[in-house]
Amino acid sequence: MDGIDTRQLVLDPETANDYKGRVDPDWCPGCGDFGVLNSMRKACLDMGLKPHEILTVSGIGCSSNFPGYFNSYGMHTLHGRALAVATGAKMANHELNVVVTGGDGDGYGIGGNHFTHTARRNVDLTYIVMDNEIYGLTTGQLSPTSSLDMKTKSSPYGSIEFPFNPITSAIMNGATFVARGFSSDTRHLSMLMQQAIEHKGFSLISIFSPCITFNHDNTVKFFKRRVKKLEDENHDTGDWKAACEKAMVWGDTIYTGLFLHVKDRPSLDAAEPVLDEGGPIAHRTEALTKEQGDRIISRMM
Amino acid sequence: MSSGQFEFTLAIGGAAGQGIATPGSILARLFTRRGLWLYAYNAYQSIIRGGHIYLTMRISDRQIYSHGDSLDMLLCLNQDTMDRHLGLLGAGGRAIYNSDTIKPGEAADGVQLCPMPVKQLSNRSRNRVIQNTIALGVITNLLGLEFDVLEQALKLQFGRKGDAVVNENVTAARAGYDYAIENFQPLSEPLPTGAKPLALWTGNDALAMGGAAAGVKFYSAYPMSPSTGVLHWMARNARDLGIMVRQAEDEISVANMVIGAAHVGARAMCATSGGGFALMTEAVGSAAMMEIPAVFINVMRAGPSTGVPTKTEQGDLWQALGASQGDFERLIVAPTDALDAFNVVPEIFNLCDQAQCPGIVITDLLISEGTFSADPDGIDLYPEIDRGEMIANGAAPNGEYLRYKDTESGVSPRALPGVPGYAHVVATDEHDQDSVLISDEFTDPHKRRRMVEKRARKIANIIEQIPAPELQGPEDADVTLIGWGSTEGVIGEAIEQLADKGITANQLAIRWIVPFHAQAVINAVSRAKRTIIVENNYSGQFYRYLRSETGLSVDGHIRKYDGEPFMPHHIVDGVIEQVAGKTDHYIPYQEIMV
Repeated sequence: MDGIDTRQLVLDPETANDYKGRVDPDWCPGCGDFGVLNSMRKACLDMGLKPHEILTVSGIGCSSNFPGYFNSYGMHTLHGRALAVATGAKMANHELNVVVTGGDGDGYGIGGNHFTHTARRNVDLTYIVMDNEIYGLTTGQLSPTSSLDMKTKSSPYGSIEFPFNPITSAIMNGATFVARGFSSDTRHLSMLMQQAIEHKGFSLISIFSPCITFNHDNTVKFFKRRVKKLEDENHDTGDWKAACEKAMVWGDTIYTGLFLHVKDRPSLDAAEPVLDEGGPIAHRTEALTKEQGDRIISRMM
Repeated sequence: MSSGQFEFTLAIGGAAGQGIATPGSILARLFTRRGLWLYAYNAYQSIIRGGHIYLTMRISDRQIYSHGDSLDMLLCLNQDTMDRHLGLLGAGGRAIYNSDTIKPGEAADGVQLCPMPVKQLSNRSRNRVIQNTIALGVITNLLGLEFDVLEQALKLQFGRKGDAVVNENVTAARAGYDYAIENFQPLSEPLPTGAKPLALWTGNDALAMGGAAAGVKFYSAYPMSPSTGVLHWMARNARDLGIMVRQAEDEISVANMVIGAAHVGARAMCATSGGGFALMTEAVGSAAMMEIPAVFINVMRAGPSTGVPTKTEQGDLWQALGASQGDFERLIVAPTDALDAFNVVPEIFNLCDQAQCPGIVITDLLISEGTFSADPDGIDLYPEIDRGEMIANGAAPNGEYLRYKDTESGVSPRALPGVPGYAHVVATDEHDQDSVLISDEFTDPHKRRRMVEKRARKIANIIEQIPAPELQGPEDADVTLIGWGSTEGVIGEAIEQLADKGITANQLAIRWIVPFHAQAVINAVSRAKRTIIVENNYSGQFYRYLRSETGLSVDGHIRKYDGEPFMPHHIVDGVIEQVAGKTDHYIPYQEIMV
């Protein structure tokens, strides 16, 4: 192709680099999202997932460009709608590993309604949110997770709104795998991603992924000093109340790791009787059988 | 009613919660099993208890498409119905009512009042809907039918509720039937019998069944009148037919779920009304940009905004034409009746799959909630299914596959996620042939132009596959009536009535809005002596579209926008006034206050 350098996609990846997409990221140098992308490549390599077995779905925003930089099937959809599109895709072909990527504005702001209901339905999706507490692509306005008093272009005198807590919200809404990561700790993040993809049900990994250009409050340095892994705290991932308490801690200590893991609630595709047999609906014969047609007509008589 | 044909219209009026639906559906089944054609229109409001419901059921020994002009029998379930509608009955009409609770009004000469002493006939039953069953007995008798016809229908209706309920209803119906023998005059000629039993469906059933026949495997919806019936049919039949049905949190989610399911290869569909469609529109554009075939149904109701949720209108044409930002093509079809609503769904799915684009079925409450009879042998549940250029299996080396390859037809083979070797990203951003975004790279005007033209080219080829509209009726008629979608049937009946009055008329009924057969329409309209457009809206939405696509004007308009559908005589009166030169813009007066 003229204009931009593109690479051919690798059919059977043998290294993390083989999970590179056709183009390289156009993120700002130093963006936290690089760490997230590298963690995902490593997680998929370690799990032996083939690119055609993965569908990466995103919305709009810096981090939503993710599918273009990753070797898999991908959908770069509308702002805020990735979870809805991904739900349709997963339910129509439940054999796909569906990973949803996006940012805090996309997922917790404009897509907030879908976040609530996708968690409640326990759709078997892995939701990777790169939370930079700011709107980056629109050059720096308040996001749902921006801290109180934060000064941005849309809050020049400081925010007066209390921030959204993705972890407690996901837990309250019924998500069955709720974790928090930090983009600079790719080893930890990659491990969380593997667990999340393996989990049957809705899994959220909300990741501190600092914006180097527009957020000068929540920087890599800010998080490095504060993050503590729940794994080192003897946290019981079956205890939702303890998970919420840990998720509310925000000060000198901020917890990362797996907050909640519910293993006994069926995912939506597992609960759906239409999928009991016959494989993914996307692969089934379209035409009605004679018996089905006869039953339809007999009910009209 | 033209001579030699049987026709009978019955209306049931009452308040919401009085149980009009049950006697209505029992009678409808009874008629269609007898082989009679039927059309029923239910006028109601958006409340669960109270208000005024008025069900008009017209039957004939020939196919009918509207609730007609006249009334032969009125069942009043409350005083309000008696007060509002007794005046609609002329000589030979009959009004049936509970004489314990309803006072008769002043009836026209020749109207037979049929009071039912419900307390006495029901043995002082506490069942508050028992008057409905007694009335069914009375009506069955007045129509000259044997009691066992009704008994069978009651058993069918109430069988699931157990013997006690069946017996109570059969006893009450029998009491009404016997009382009518003693006290009322039946029709001089009993109800005729048709050639064979007919099926019964609503337009919503037909849309859903059209989806099932087309191979829809994913259906999503958010409840919204008057489209909810599609969801109900799909939910009821989902497990039998292997259709995934998802009720979503809003119509934004509905449309996006449909697009996700469609992208991985399922035929996917959703239905809503104008308000829900407004929320879906951004997704319609995303389907066009990502080149994903999906079908969106907009069942119009009276707007704007919440509007009149239970009333009909053809007011969303420009909403469909302009759904979503940007300059792109979408297919739009407006079915003309229930059978057509069924048929257009597989038709538009095949075209959407071929062109890999969104399609919109635009219809209205009149069709969606109307109850129609149908010849069961005329319902083709096994239509041709054409999925277009789709790569569902096989393996190819990566790098050679371009999802948006710039081909002569504009159509690029579509690989389904999951197939090894074809990994690619689809994007709502403008992209190049290999789907790499050009919006973030730098703006490349030549690539942009190429992709715009590629997408447009796909649609340009579709028009050859859809039938051009043709004039129905005499070529040299005095008047050519032009309508779109649901008005075809009522215009057809108006044309018959006009013939009786010495005015010859023909009809140009438009189904396909996009693509639009402009040249065929120009040919038909330019030959016409006098053209009148009939529309169920205020501003002449189709008239404005016709002008934009053909540059043609017309001689006159008949428009109705009070929430109620056209009756044949509304159109007849409008044509007569225009032929007489009294007006070129006729707005009929709605006589039935519902």
